[in-house]
Amino acid sequence: MATLEIRDLHVTVEADNATKEILKGVDLTVKQGETHAIMGPNGSGKSTLAYSLAGHPKYTITGGTVTLDGEDVLEMSVDERARAGLFLAMQYPVEVPGVSVSNFLRTSATAIRGEAPKLRTWVKEVREAMERLNMDPAFAERNVNEGFSGGEKKRHEILQLELLKPKVAILDETDSGLDVDALRVVSEGVNRVRESGEVGTLLITHYTRILRYIKPDHVHVFANGRIAESGGAELADKLEAEGYEAYTKGGASE
Amino acid sequence: MAEAQNIPVGSTTTGSIAVAAESTVATRMSAPPSFDVADFPVPHGREEEWRFTPLERLRGLHDGTATATGEGVKVAVEAPEGVTVETVGRDDARLGRAGTPVDRVAAQAYSAFEQASVVTVPKETVLAEPIRIAVHGEGGTAYAHQVIELGAFAEAVVVIDHTGDAVLAANVEYVLGDGAKLTVVSVQDWDDKAVHAAQHDALVGRDASFKSVIITFGGDVVRLHPRVTYAGPGGEAELFGLYFTDAGQHQEHRLLVDHNVPHCKSNVVYKGALQGDDAHAVWIGDVLIEAKAEGTDTYEMNRNLVLTDGARVDSVPNLEIETGEIVGAGHASATGRFDDEQLFYLMARGIPEKDARRLVVRGFFAELVQQIGVPDIEERLIAKIEEELEAAVA
Repeated sequence: MATLEIRDLHVTVEADNATKEILKGVDLTVKQGETHAIMGPNGSGKSTLAYSLAGHPKYTITGGTVTLDGEDVLEMSVDERARAGLFLAMQYPVEVPGVSVSNFLRTSATAIRGEAPKLRTWVKEVREAMERLNMDPAFAERNVNEGFSGGEKKRHEILQLELLKPKVAILDETDSGLDVDALRVVSEGVNRVRESGEVGTLLITHYTRILRYIKPDHVHVFANGRIAESGGAELADKLEAEGYEAYTKGGASE
Repeated sequence: MAEAQNIPVGSTTTGSIAVAAESTVATRMSAPPSFDVADFPVPHGREEEWRFTPLERLRGLHDGTATATGEGVKVAVEAPEGVTVETVGRDDARLGRAGTPVDRVAAQAYSAFEQASVVTVPKETVLAEPIRIAVHGEGGTAYAHQVIELGAFAEAVVVIDHTGDAVLAANVEYVLGDGAKLTVVSVQDWDDKAVHAAQHDALVGRDASFKSVIITFGGDVVRLHPRVTYAGPGGEAELFGLYFTDAGQHQEHRLLVDHNVPHCKSNVVYKGALQGDDAHAVWIGDVLIEAKAEGTDTYEMNRNLVLTDGARVDSVPNLEIETGEIVGAGHASATGRFDDEQLFYLMARGIPEKDARRLVVRGFFAELVQQIGVPDIEERLIAKIEEELEAAVA
């Protein structure tokens, strides 16, 4: 069973000619089939955790370990991490001019699966996945994220999630900027992947809204660069009622 | 990534928009156009038209010291049936009609060539196959003159392919009869040491269409000067260019579209990628809309993708408008670094770095590659881009 283990992770970033520690000792274990929600106020380090796990060069790991099924993730390059089974659905997906969605998806699937998918079954697979996400077939011929609306970008991220079938999916604020209809469609996509039981999901969000559609097994409150409190789904209800104030005022963080 | 920016008409940040009685495009040249090299002083490098060019690397083309070697540059013309290919003397009346040399090197070429090549497609002849002109250097120095003329309503594709090692200065004339359609693909696939300076003059007839595709990969110094003027209303010119500038190379493309008659169109798109230390690309886009050229519709764009540190781009669009009675006029120039965020996004989907870079660069050139319309050239170009990228990774 695939397991992502994060132990005492420390991460710094260079900003304004100074080194700033953003993650200050994160401990978290995500197992296949589980869904963990990471919730926290702006600036608490949630997105830093997501991008550090994916290997973004902006972030420097200064301590701790991350393993996927015992393999050292921090030693891997960005593409190796993806091929090992990590997937990051980005909050702000990047435009890639001149590269069509269909070319991109096929190149990516070929890299992840280790061989080019058979054309006939692949075309069908993509078409069906797009239909489930209410995406127009013409979408495949557009350039990656170029001129996409906020909702289209997020659907495109979830389309990749469905096609690439990772072991661990990190969803970084996938709910931000979505209206209720788009949120439902995107959540259904995530749930389809979860129902396979083969993915561990790390759902990073600022709001509890998405948790009405995607039910977490565990909820963690992120504050000041580490997990301040962990609990079950009921913890989200508490946050909904009380907000993050107790954590940001230094009350709960150590 | 350096922020890409579109420079709208009216902006003065990168290019200039002049609305003036006096043409800045013309006055920026240090001497008026002339066929005689003696009318041009030897440039010292601070003239507007020479300020980006490394004169010391022109191998004497600019100061009269480069002597034609008589051999060492071979030209072979392969033309379908119906096309006339002639070698003519300097006094042939068909020479010098499309334009006049505007700088010292072009005038030197005009003053020094001994024989010219004239390729004629008779009126109403529509060619199914391209005319191919192979210019191959074997270490020689040459001054050349080429005329390509299409009669009224003739249609042709011409591929001029430059390979090998040479020091070459040339004038190429394109004379389009009324309603003619000409596509010219000029490939600069020189060896590393070659020096190539050329002026291309197109005279576009009434309702004629001219398409120029310039593809520059090789050479130590390549400096091309494609120019368009119109002989009657209704003419259209499309000027496309792709260049891939490597370490130490100087590739300079200077364009002029002179809207000198009413109701003509022009569209200019040049894209370049640069990599390596002292790779230097220069793009000058001059568009002049003369007072009498009402109904003009023009747009020009230059985009550069800088793949590594140490490369330099000078991109200068100039749009000069002497009448407000036009359909449209615009220009844009943008130079961006290779975008690390694009790379991260693609790699985060499992795509290895090398493949990710290739996807982005191919994507950057894709819209232009599709414009070429000559399949073997398109394939060669794609292969060449791959080759350049391989070299970059290694």
